[in-house]
Amino acid sequence: MAVEAQPVSPALNQPAREEETLREQLMFDPRPREELNRMVMESMHSTSPRYWIAVGVLAALVLVCLLGMWGYMIFTGMGIAGIRKPIYWGVFIVTFVFWIGISHAGTFVSAILRVFKAEFRRPFTRAAELMTTFGLAAGALYPLIHLGRVWVFYWMIPYPNARWLWPNFRSPLVWDFLAITTYLLSSTIYLYLPLLPDLAMARDRTQGWRHAIYKTLALGWRGTEAEWFRLRKAINIFAFAIIPVMFSVHTIVSWDFAVSQVGGWNSTIFGPYFIIGAILSGVSAVITILVVLRATLKHMDYFIRPEHLDALGKLVLVFSMAWAYFFFNDYLVSWYGGYEVTRKILTLHATGPTAWVWYCMLLFNVVIPWLTLWNRKIRRTPWAMFIITVFINVGMYFERYTIIPMTLGHQRFPFDWGEYSPRLPEISIAFGTLCLFILLYLLASRLIPLVPVWEVREGQEAHKVVRVGKTVVPSVSELE
Amino acid sequence: MAEQQETRERWGMVIDLDLCTGCNACVTACAMENNIPWVGEEEAGYGRNMFWIRVQRTWQGEYPEVSPAYQPVMCQQCGRAPCEPVCPVFATVHSEEEQINLQVYNRCIGTRYCANNCPYTARSFNWYDYTYQIPAPMNYYLNPSVTVRRRGVMEKCTFCVQRIHAGQEQARAAGRALQDGEVMPACAQACPADAIIFGDLSDPESRVSKAARSQRGTTLLEELGTQPKVTYLKGGGYYGG
Repeated sequence: MAVEAQPVSPALNQPAREEETLREQLMFDPRPREELNRMVMESMHSTSPRYWIAVGVLAALVLVCLLGMWGYMIFTGMGIAGIRKPIYWGVFIVTFVFWIGISHAGTFVSAILRVFKAEFRRPFTRAAELMTTFGLAAGALYPLIHLGRVWVFYWMIPYPNARWLWPNFRSPLVWDFLAITTYLLSSTIYLYLPLLPDLAMARDRTQGWRHAIYKTLALGWRGTEAEWFRLRKAINIFAFAIIPVMFSVHTIVSWDFAVSQVGGWNSTIFGPYFIIGAILSGVSAVITILVVLRATLKHMDYFIRPEHLDALGKLVLVFSMAWAYFFFNDYLVSWYGGYEVTRKILTLHATGPTAWVWYCMLLFNVVIPWLTLWNRKIRRTPWAMFIITVFINVGMYFERYTIIPMTLGHQRFPFDWGEYSPRLPEISIAFGTLCLFILLYLLASRLIPLVPVWEVREGQEAHKVVRVGKTVVPSVSELE
Repeated sequence: MAEQQETRERWGMVIDLDLCTGCNACVTACAMENNIPWVGEEEAGYGRNMFWIRVQRTWQGEYPEVSPAYQPVMCQQCGRAPCEPVCPVFATVHSEEEQINLQVYNRCIGTRYCANNCPYTARSFNWYDYTYQIPAPMNYYLNPSVTVRRRGVMEKCTFCVQRIHAGQEQARAAGRALQDGEVMPACAQACPADAIIFGDLSDPESRVSKAARSQRGTTLLEELGTQPKVTYLKGGGYYGG
């Protein structure tokens, strides 16, 4: 009986190789605390001429496309937009829902992953939370932009006034106003709380005006045990409490449509359908932003790794499937509802003159992610993920476009049917808010630490590689 | 108020589609009475016209055997109006006294939600400051008893509420009750075929009540439960050729 001699070295090297693969993960590739701090500080300080050109161009675009066009519209009237009878809501409301959807998932990623202690969240929670805040800042403009008389917008706010009148609490627009304000406030606090230790870190490593800003913002954080205890407690409370707020925001946006009489809008599935759509577009936007940050911000390739894109890519695939399911459900409940007008509208979405929007929506939201995201290699390729996630967001924009103007144009009286195509002012303002979002993000990336250093550090401390016999076992010690 | 208002009228309208010739006189009269701006050919073609009443023309039958069917449609003054609950600032409200839906122009901030939610597409939006652009002598056509609307507010048929009030005041001054047919909105007054009947639905003997009880009567989009105050009469054939 011949016993073949096995080469000894690969077997011996097995744990070493496994350790090498583990090193691809941020949590198993620790660096000293001071170096992490230095990397994040450098990423904030380094600005190339290209950066300033981008800031300048974006600021000019915001000034012209958003503020200039909006001002012109306020002075001439809503008529310069393409909306017409019977399509009273167009690109403005589409973009509003789009931004609220985007902002939805920043907090979703951060809060849900924090609550479930998903370790891969650590380096990008702040990038996602910033997306929520700026997405809301861009989206919250639209309830003002689309008003016929924006100069009296404050009549929607409940306050004791000369008219002796409260706002109409039965109106979904008032719910909208309250929900968005609540969400903006709570998500800003939720962004700010984990920022405190990082602001203190930045305070201790800067001089001049930066030092002054960080000193004020850090609220005198010293890092004592009592401070850490309270901070963790507060973050925990907010992470749990913000989840229902987040759900309420996007269901309320969907009630704008679902509580109406409009055929194709008054669908009972709209609440969950909108939430899933929002998460799909939002998680995709997180990936897009992470890829851009990784490519443009110094040292970011250490913090943002293919494993993060991989994990988020799986989430996108799951939510794309869930979205497709709810999309089908929308047809299901409408069909059982038996309304002729709804049946006509849903048919017209796929056969009408702007049916290409509907087909692109399905192509971008379903076909593209389903064909690509099952593949680990694609999920770990940044540029591929960038393209796929941008497509998904275009698809989600088309979804809202299908739901709003394409549905309004074909209501119960055929005599009034109409087509809608956006005009330059609408496109310009929508583009302007995109510039505003990118501009705010660009500025913030040089002002606040985009990576929560203490959270990364905490994770790296907790993760250990343990050798059990001949294998290498990654382990996480329980935190909190 | 209480001694002025012993009886409360419930204003309603009946439109006999078998009499309607589709002449559009009601549209013109309404525009003149209610200061509805002329938006220009191009804008109107784009779907920006402001008329509070429109004559819907549809075709009946297959090609050689076609006949037009006309249907004047305006705000149906719903008893349960879909436009009312969605307004965030109470700009579209139900009036206690006349039992109709009224638009408070001063309070409107222009969300246009009411117009989306109106199943009859009865509302129009002031896209621009149309009325202020009227050249000098033309502004004398404006009716002083009707508010001139500025840009950014929603408007719609009021059942000529200014005429209702004028009629009530005249009757009160003469110390008598308002008579049937005394108050007439501009559309009904202009209709050459007398297809539009207006009056008090709470009085079972009024002409409009009797017509509304007709077997030919139907209301628009009844299945939505909006309880419209406008009844359409349609017999399904021609009378007298």
